[in-house]
Amino acid sequence: MNTMIRRVALSVSAPLIALIFAVLVSSIVLLASGSNPVEAYGDMITHGLKLGTIVDILNRATPLYLSGVAAAIGFRMNLFNIGVEGQYRFAAIVAAYVGAQLALPGVLHVAVILVVAMVVGGATAGVAGALKVTRGINEVISTIMINAILISGVIAALSKRWQAGGSVDATSSNAGVGTDPIPESGLIPNLNGLVEPITGEISRGKELTGMFLVAVAVGVAYHIILNRTRFGYDLRASGINPFAARAGGVSSNRMIVTAMVLSGMVAGLVGMPSLMALGRFNPNFVSLLGFNGIAVALLGRNNPGGIVFGAIIFAFLDVSSGILQISGSASREIKDIIQGIILLAAVVAYEVVRRYREREEARLAAEALAADGPPTLDGGPTPSVAGA
Amino acid sequence: MSKKLTALLAILFSFSLVAAACGGSDDASGGDSDLTTGLVYDIGGRGDQSFNDSAAAGLERAESELGISFTEASPNDDGSNRAELLQLQADSNPLVVAVGFLFAGDAAAVAGDNPETNFAVIDDAMLDFDNGGVPLADNAAGLTFAEEQGSYLVGAAAASQSETGKIGFIGGVCCFGLIEKFEAGYIAGAKAVNPDIEIVSEYITEFPDFDGFNAPDRAKEIAAAMYEGGSDIVYHAAGGAGAGMFEAAKEYSESSGSKVWGIGVDSDQYNTVDPGVQEYVMTSMLKRVDNAVFEIIKAQDAGTFAGGNTVYDLETDGVGYSTSGDFLTSDTIDTLEDLKAQIVAGDITVPTDPADA
Repeated sequence: MNTMIRRVALSVSAPLIALIFAVLVSSIVLLASGSNPVEAYGDMITHGLKLGTIVDILNRATPLYLSGVAAAIGFRMNLFNIGVEGQYRFAAIVAAYVGAQLALPGVLHVAVILVVAMVVGGATAGVAGALKVTRGINEVISTIMINAILISGVIAALSKRWQAGGSVDATSSNAGVGTDPIPESGLIPNLNGLVEPITGEISRGKELTGMFLVAVAVGVAYHIILNRTRFGYDLRASGINPFAARAGGVSSNRMIVTAMVLSGMVAGLVGMPSLMALGRFNPNFVSLLGFNGIAVALLGRNNPGGIVFGAIIFAFLDVSSGILQISGSASREIKDIIQGIILLAAVVAYEVVRRYREREEARLAAEALAADGPPTLDGGPTPSVAGA
Repeated sequence: MSKKLTALLAILFSFSLVAAACGGSDDASGGDSDLTTGLVYDIGGRGDQSFNDSAAAGLERAESELGISFTEASPNDDGSNRAELLQLQADSNPLVVAVGFLFAGDAAAVAGDNPETNFAVIDDAMLDFDNGGVPLADNAAGLTFAEEQGSYLVGAAAASQSETGKIGFIGGVCCFGLIEKFEAGYIAGAKAVNPDIEIVSEYITEFPDFDGFNAPDRAKEIAAAMYEGGSDIVYHAAGGAGAGMFEAAKEYSESSGSKVWGIGVDSDQYNTVDPGVQEYVMTSMLKRVDNAVFEIIKAQDAGTFAGGNTVYDLETDGVGYSTSGDFLTSDTIDTLEDLKAQIVAGDITVPTDPADA
């Protein structure tokens, strides 16, 4: 019973230590830059608790979560899919184009767009997986290269080719730039109607993205596949010890390709909240989510629940940058700095707690052995394996 | 990671600047307006030596001449919070100015949600072209510039003073319609002075990759290749990337012994570039974002704000050319003034599409 409480306390202590440490260091940075930390945190929290801001935070957390899960699937298999950035942007422009060409009933239309995005994302990531197993090319290198090819080459060419009306009229408004608009039936409606009976009216044009539900579904699916299926077991085993997994009959090549494809499929969904909000692929399409997702996955320890925490923290800080500037309590760069500190603090805190836990377990095992008298080879308690 | 480090350094070094700026907004003098204005910059915010800084200059002029007060903000690096910033500014200001066409869609939406607040967007007409060009909203003004007219004049300047008969153009980001206006005007102006002039054009990136506006290293490579290829004057419309072009001009001039030139854009870049390359800034195409910002604040203050598009052209001194450094000969200036008069009079219509130039 006592050890149970101990275990819980230990697992909660890491993120808690990280958070306290991050707040402390951020305060020093704020003081050094001439801002009042109490005022700044006060503004962030007051603003963050408003209903409209909570909607903003959830809208921002949704793609961050999806991007975090995409990165985490790779990390579980010891694969570093840096290509999420290129995968989701490429998937979004193809999905936008296909979605604009179709006239289908609502649910089907949305489903086609999401499936196209997932297929494109999965196929793009799969290329990196295939290169790794057939040619031994490190996925870090190949995904970075593919990012460059996609973002500066393919997407640029496609934007020109798929520009609505053929070309951009120099005298026209920016509103005309982008792919053909997706018909209403292809856009997921916002969730305001669903949540307003509980929360009250969400004012000033804030709309909770319908992709929020998709992100929840992805999180649940990730949890089930990871923890309740043979595939998830193989994935975790291969990630922790590929040699043992191979000895146990898991084909590492098959796991690499599957993990990359799955990661890419989730990556394909990352751009959907932005696409659904804009109704077309245009210059306002949100970029950099792929790189932010890597940080969110690290913060969440690649864990379906942990990534929720990481995504919300990052989203909260992203959304806070506006109020800090406008209230004058701190400058915009502060939020980048706090995000960096939290990430660093989390990595350090998890490591410190892990080492402490190892020492504790070793000590407890030694005590148990001493209490039971001299150990025998086949009897007595087995010392627990540290770590894992 | 380097972005975080840059941000940290930026914080440390900008502390004194921020402190100075904050001090500035307290002691307003001149007018006694109680108008407050919320301004939202494009990504990067103050300090780009170009577009955003020009808007900031207009804001500060309004503060000192009209006595208004203001708050300013810039979006996150991925531009994900543009609408949030506009709404935050609208919460406490009767006028919100957004710097950059990327705000157009969000400004139209936020203007609809806040009918009591006026919005102005720089570089976008804020007109609904699908419905015959009516304003997108009554409380949304679009402030655009006849960049092709200013570019026509610097093109004429380049052709007048080129010794090799070959000049260059570097665009930041192609294929979304805006930068082509600069190119078209430049080509047309150069050809007006010398029909046989040879003009090479290159863009750094293509839409939707907007990195071209912030890639001085790539602008430098392109400019170096143009100078090597015989162009002796290169004009850039590439925002912050243009710094690379001036560096290339300096390096080529010093290594080859024959002087080559760069032409700046947006602000008078003679005053904003690194002093080491100042002597290579032949002239700059001025895009008076500061005037547009000042005028719209003045209109709001006087109660004459109106939605719809205002074009700042040569006639209203919305665009022009600079003579800082005295590198333009008096003959060239005579030619430019003559062409300017013809454009203002409507005798010359400057094209906006490079294909027509």
